[in-house]
Amino acid sequence: MAEYDLETETGRREALRRMLTIRAFDEEAGDRFADGEIPGFVHLYIGEEAVGVGTCAALDPDDYIASTHRGHGHCISKGLDPKYMMAELYGKAEGYCNGKGGSMHIADVDAGMLGANGIVGAGPPLATGAALSIDYDDRDQVAVGFLGDGAVAQGQTHEAINLAATWDLPAIFVVENNQYGEGTPVENQHNVDNLSDTAQAYDIPGLTVDGMDVTAVAEAVAEARSRARAGEGPAIVEAKTYRYRGHYEGDEEPYRDDEEIERWKDRDPIDSFKERLIERGELTADEFDEMRADAEETIEEAVEYAQNADQPQPADAYEDMFAETPPEIERFAEAARTRADGGRDRQGGEQP
Amino acid sequence: MTAHAEPERELDLETETMTVREAIRQGLREELERDEDVYLMGEDVGRFGGVLEVTGGLWEEFGDERVRDTPISEAGFMGAATGAAATGTRPVVELMFSDFAGVAMEQIMNQMAKMRYMFGGKAEMPVTVRTTEGGGMGAASQHSGTIHSWIAHFPGLKAVAPGTAASAKGLTKAAIRSNDPVFVFENKMIYEQEGEVPVDDEFTVPIGEAAVEREGEDVTVVATQRLVGESLQTAESLAGDVSVEVIDARSLYPLDVETIAESVRKTGRLIVADESPLSYGTHAEIVARVQEEAFFSLDAPIQRIGTPDTHIPFSPPLEQEVLPSGDDVREAIERVA
Ligand SMILES: Cc1ncc(C[n+]2csc(CCOP(=O)(O)OP(=O)(O)O)c2C)c(N)n1
Repeated sequence: MAEYDLETETGRREALRRMLTIRAFDEEAGDRFADGEIPGFVHLYIGEEAVGVGTCAALDPDDYIASTHRGHGHCISKGLDPKYMMAELYGKAEGYCNGKGGSMHIADVDAGMLGANGIVGAGPPLATGAALSIDYDDRDQVAVGFLGDGAVAQGQTHEAINLAATWDLPAIFVVENNQYGEGTPVENQHNVDNLSDTAQAYDIPGLTVDGMDVTAVAEAVAEARSRARAGEGPAIVEAKTYRYRGHYEGDEEPYRDDEEIERWKDRDPIDSFKERLIERGELTADEFDEMRADAEETIEEAVEYAQNADQPQPADAYEDMFAETPPEIERFAEAARTRADGGRDRQGGEQP
Repeated sequence: MTAHAEPERELDLETETMTVREAIRQGLREELERDEDVYLMGEDVGRFGGVLEVTGGLWEEFGDERVRDTPISEAGFMGAATGAAATGTRPVVELMFSDFAGVAMEQIMNQMAKMRYMFGGKAEMPVTVRTTEGGGMGAASQHSGTIHSWIAHFPGLKAVAPGTAASAKGLTKAAIRSNDPVFVFENKMIYEQEGEVPVDDEFTVPIGEAAVEREGEDVTVVATQRLVGESLQTAESLAGDVSVEVIDARSLYPLDVETIAESVRKTGRLIVADESPLSYGTHAEIVARVQEEAFFSLDAPIQRIGTPDTHIPFSPPLEQEVLPSGDDVREAIERVA
């Protein structure tokens, strides 16, 4: 059973709520990054909310997703808690990865989230692998690999789709065509108009849908899911969408103009879905404002949680390398623990 | 996922003589029988039986599901094995020649090696990669490399390299049972080498333990893979003149420094014999670790035997020129003993 099914009124409201949560999360993450509170790189999902939410609306809670460097929206779509996500962005011990991953690596394998990824094109092979486990164990699940339009050009993407197709694995490849790979427009990266055309080469279905329309995405993924579950193998779903922000926060965006951005914003995935729900009598403008305020509040709380969360301890740097820690690492961990317990004087009191 | 703890019982010490190839195959067969989560995948591992015939017969025994032929896509199936390991199954990948690791290196270094750590421990990575190394077949540069130093060097990966049939079986089984990514580096020139192999299906060789294959008093030779056998022969031929202790390092990461240092404390002399290129690699690591632990026991300069930083050439006389051998070990012993 889908966690939130767009065929039902509660499911539709939940989808809207998640899109609003993603937007609030990423707006806040952008602001906090600009304030210097968040280290590293931050890639925002604003404008693409319908793709992640539409995809996960068609999935069961125990299905897997493998994400990209632009992963916050996928995490929230999959049901991860913004509090621990934000703590991860802040590098805190309470983050999803205990502060070892950051924005580009948020993961919760038990929740079916196989990680955001700093390597373009690395997610599809992992999704193929999760689909292999599912198929091997005869489980009733599917695995979705998200990838950008840029990642479609990567060799390992092709290998992953071909392998999943050859073995009829229950995988779905969701291409988020947000029109650019960093600053290079999609037409300069590919010869085909629709990136789903590549599906022909694998003899699997390829569908291009309006990625600003959450229902269209969900319908395409649901169809791919039933097919995959029936043992008929993978499919490619291309969602045409747009990122409103720069490639990363701080990007000056010399490669596009405001007029183009405004044109896409006219078809904003949240506004259009809201209007549809209002037309259907399922939502009032006041309820929407309330929903948005709630989402913003959730994210404010997440930021507060992250700001107050504990820093990891130095010895934590030596944890989680292996299931069985080799002596080569253990000696450093021991030294760090010793410093933390009694060595304050030697360390000049620098322990956090 | 099923439990992978080893049952507590006395091992049957019975052995049989078999080749390294048969020992590995027996290890694979036993693990396939023991644990349903385990399956093999790679190019031509199934009906074809593996290009170097290691998996021969397993497809007939276990079928398509458990002995899977992959398309020729090292990045794709190395990534699939990584994703599969993270989601509850235990793939054993055959990478036909270790030289092909380059094609799959992204998935090896950025995904397989890093996922557990980056995710704060929230991913298991029970994947085994078996691959072949080494020159001596006239296979030329792209099919003769010895790359274990790269993998052993890379954080998050474990690397083992057996030198005898028994350790080949025991390490293969330990790798499959491990919840960490383990690369098993098989030297292709020793597949026909015979040895006594425990037949007990609970026999494993712990990752991180070296083996003293021959005791001696005057010089320690730490060898790997093919050079273990050649060093043993060399030691035998010098018996009476020089008493040579030969250690099979077996595990490169983690490395059993204690066994090696203990030996050097006794003999005062160390020779490191490993087929990989000499610079910045396995030799350097063993030497560094020994001098950290046993510097004041050393009575002579440490000697390194390896490939002189070249690729492996095709023409037999050229190949013989660069490949390290038992003769090189003998000369090194003569220099220091
Ligand atoms: C293998 C690799 N090459 C290059 C990069 C640098 N890089 C990060 S994101 C990106 C663009 C990716 O474009 P696309 O796949 O379309 O995703 P989008 O950013 O549009 O979501 C690039 C080139 C990388 N992280 N990994």
